[in-house]
Amino acid sequence: MMKNRFDEQVEVLNTQMIEMGSLIETTIESACDALQTADLQKAREIIEGDALVDRKEREIESLCLRMLLTRQPVAHDLRVVSSALKMITDMERIGDHAADISEIVTMMNFSAAMQPEHFGAMSRAAIEMVHRAIDAYVRRDVDLARDVIASDDTVDDLFCDVKQELIELLSADASRGGEALDLLMIAKYFERIGDHATNIAEWVEYSVTGLYKGDVLQ
Amino acid sequence: MSKIEIKNLDLYYDDLQALKNVNMSIAANRITAFIGPSGCGKSTLIKTLNRMNDLIPGCHITGSVTLDGEDIYGKDLDVNLLRKRVGMVFQKPNPFPMTIYDNIAYGPRTHGVHRKAMLDEIVEKSLQDAAIWGELKDRLLKSALGLSGGQQQRLCIARALAVQPEVLLMDEPTSALDPISTAKIEELALQLKEHYTLVMVTHNMQQALRVSDTTAFFLLGEVVEYSDTEKLFSMPVDKRTEDYITGRFG
Repeated sequence: MMKNRFDEQVEVLNTQMIEMGSLIETTIESACDALQTADLQKAREIIEGDALVDRKEREIESLCLRMLLTRQPVAHDLRVVSSALKMITDMERIGDHAADISEIVTMMNFSAAMQPEHFGAMSRAAIEMVHRAIDAYVRRDVDLARDVIASDDTVDDLFCDVKQELIELLSADASRGGEALDLLMIAKYFERIGDHATNIAEWVEYSVTGLYKGDVLQ
Repeated sequence: MSKIEIKNLDLYYDDLQALKNVNMSIAANRITAFIGPSGCGKSTLIKTLNRMNDLIPGCHITGSVTLDGEDIYGKDLDVNLLRKRVGMVFQKPNPFPMTIYDNIAYGPRTHGVHRKAMLDEIVEKSLQDAAIWGELKDRLLKSALGLSGGQQQRLCIARALAVQPEVLLMDEPTSALDPISTAKIEELALQLKEHYTLVMVTHNMQQALRVSDTTAFFLLGEVVEYSDTEKLFSMPVDKRTEDYITGRFG
């Protein structure tokens, strides 16, 4: 098959998407690390580093717009560009949430006893979703993308568990309400990260099959 | 509702087979686009719909083409009447070297209309339907050859409409026109489909997407894929269609 200029642009787009994906994976893992080790310096670096994610989003956005303008792609080509445009919004939001978590970390009064039992499992599950969603994009793997979509329920269930544990901790020691609320917000950010990973996986499925949430988009 | 039915159509230029087993149902009051690389048979097929191919020595067909159920290759069919019902506009505007008025009145006169009041009415209505009355009404007695390319093409459409056809065939009607004239012809096509059935050959994918309801992709004399235009351009079924519309054909 003849390789054209558009294919070269798609290769550049893929590389940039993988770069942005790996950037947000690293960021979210670091945020989790900073939270667990109470590493305020690391948390501050993550907040500053969010600008990098934003810049990557702009770069990909302008590449996609240039491809739409100059190539007027159709069929699979159009799906590749339009799904990339949608995915980077979710990737950027994941970056924001990592910065949001880090911001709470910088202001938190840490207490090891306060970490709810399911907190670690929940953050790991959300990070795993992001990792596999990016992987599904890189490999154009529809089965893996569907797997990611299905695993959102796990994160949602764990969020409910964490919430319940925090309610119990709070009723045992009402003086630590501030900490409990901080942890609840962090848990919510992880839950939202799971939602964004789900969105990314849904766009991967669309990009490969043309079906978005099971429907034809027209 | 189907206006034209093409069944098991094979077409030969002497020994060379130019169309292979074409089966297609063309809906009334819709725009059907034919796309495909040069030499794929799309212009050949459009010409079979009003028997323009009869004029080419050695051209013969098997299979059938019906217009409202009537076999257009039937023995008793009046070809002049067929071409009145199925009008055609070509790639290059081809006004007759006469006045604008006479260009439009030519067809009706051929079909026996001679009363001036009636011809005046047909000329005005045809030019209005072709969205060019406003531009030409004060120069009807000037030569049609003095018009711009875009105006000439709309004049040719008006000339085709003057004999009240049911189907309008357009063979790359905008390929020689600038973007503004192209937009006018496309807008006109969209207006005309309310009263006519349109079949358009185009090399411009975006044009097929903008104006047509259904699209047929041709390759080496065969219809590879024929479906709803948006479906064909968003999720083509055949890999050859995808390769062609995304410019990877080679």
